Amino acid sequence: MPADRPSAMPAPAASSRPAEPAPAAPAEPPSAAPPRPAVYPAPAAARRSRRALLRVGGYLAALAAIALGWQITALAINSPALPTPIASVEMLIRYAPQLAPQLAISLYRVVISMLLGTALAVPIGLAIGRSPRLDAVLAPILYILYPIPKIVLLPVLLVLLGLADAPKIVLITITIFFQVLVTVRDAARAVPEQAVLSVRSLGARRWDVYRHVVVPATLPELFTALRISSGTAVAILFFAEAIAGSSGLGYFIVDSWAMIAYPRMFAGIIAMAMMGVVLYEVIDALERHFTRWRG
Amino acid sequence: MLRFTDVSYEYQTRNAALQALGGLSFAVEEGDSLVIIGPSGCGKSTALLLACGLLQPSGGEVLVAGRPLDAPRQSTALILQDFGLLPWKTVLQNAALGLEIRKVARRERENRARAALQSVGLGDFLQAFPRELSGGMRQRLALARALALDVSLICMDEPLSAVDTMLRESLQDLLLVLWHERGYTSLLVTHSIEEAVFLGRRILVLSARPGRLSALIDNPGMGTAAYRGDAAFYAKCSELRRALAGEGDAANKGNAVEENGVASKAVAAGKGAFDAR
Repeated sequence: MPADRPSAMPAPAASSRPAEPAPAAPAEPPSAAPPRPAVYPAPAAARRSRRALLRVGGYLAALAAIALGWQITALAINSPALPTPIASVEMLIRYAPQLAPQLAISLYRVVISMLLGTALAVPIGLAIGRSPRLDAVLAPILYILYPIPKIVLLPVLLVLLGLADAPKIVLITITIFFQVLVTVRDAARAVPEQAVLSVRSLGARRWDVYRHVVVPATLPELFTALRISSGTAVAILFFAEAIAGSSGLGYFIVDSWAMIAYPRMFAGIIAMAMMGVVLYEVIDALERHFTRWRG
Repeated sequence: MLRFTDVSYEYQTRNAALQALGGLSFAVEEGDSLVIIGPSGCGKSTALLLACGLLQPSGGEVLVAGRPLDAPRQSTALILQDFGLLPWKTVLQNAALGLEIRKVARRERENRARAALQSVGLGDFLQAFPRELSGGMRQRLALARALALDVSLICMDEPLSAVDTMLRESLQDLLLVLWHERGYTSLLVTHSIEEAVFLGRRILVLSARPGRLSALIDNPGMGTAAYRGDAAFYAKCSELRRALAGEGDAANKGNAVEENGVASKAVAAGKGAFDAR
């Protein structure tokens, strides 16, 4: 049975469109702790600022530890392929003018794809999860398609959609789509029936049940899925950009590698790593904002 | 206000049909307080879900305010054992939820929710989340949500079973006061003899599964907090205990089913009804 692939969605027209400026990164200490109910205002405020302080301290300590490990490894290996942290920062600064546009293109591709994949998967996942009948029909299709590594579709997409943005965006969208779909479906099935019953007893129709119970109950799982798949998305982006096209960080890295320009290559690697961290942190901040109730 | 006429209800389990109620008939007058009590698995919770319109009877008829019930009614509220609060909504949002679903404008629903919260003593916790409340406070919040709706019938499924004895008595007092003040019809399911005698003007004893009316005990003495210390209260408790004793034996001999098992079946059946919509 031909599965209805999400590739039916309109692929954004080629790369003619200039990349969007990168969405604002979260303020370094990710926007402090969520606002707490003002039951006991004074202590809560004190606790909040203390927690923010601990968080910043934690990040700084973690950064220091990572830099130290990196420094030791680089000194031990002693190869131009792995520069020290300080040398890397120098490279990053040196190649910044060349890197910035590539970073913007890559970020544009991955963000658009994640938004598209999520927007397509969430409603379908909620519907399947809440309807045994729909689940009976669609779950077998899902079970077969989900484990297929979507990256194997890259050659097909390159043939069908060319070398520009479209195949990359479609590929990442498909990957995100399945990861989010399966997670949201499972989460929607696990919504406590007591909560549904109590809302229905208040006169809730199907739409109200989704809005007040099913959607908020599945949000934590959705964000977990997004955080995990942000890593997958960046990895797939790297492959796609490295194999086809002439733009993006993946291309920049592979191009430098071919020219044996290791410092340049490493600047690209750092930029790509930073993009991954920023994506993860943005999703983390969104999660904290939207699931404040979990404390 | 509420009339059950020969109501039966069957659950479809995987292998067989399980009859939870077998021809239950009773009526509750407007503004009265009826308590349903019975042995484990007698279909108490099922009867309550039927009264709320969340389940449809397999046989017989459920009338509320003279009309057959084919969907949850706007002026009935249900309070469940686990309170049915939504953890992602604040105290104020939880209390206003019923009004929001009824599309009451924001300002009005917040005012009414605030007033209801005030009346159960939660006026200072509007912005807290349910997890930050104690068990008794959560229970009062569930009550406030029903009160904010200004409903004429409140159905409660063992609403106080999760709180400790001292708190339980003060919440029982609160239920009594609110029932007097608001004049709603109260339908309460409990497994506590003392609670039944304290809160029920009439007490319906259900038989072992399939649940039928086994006894209907009048309890004219209830209505004040002082009743709990009264000799008549103890006499009524003994009367109820005797009425239950026969049913308890029957249940233990034959088909005793874990109360929770049946309750979860009721929930599953409710879900089925939801999916069918």
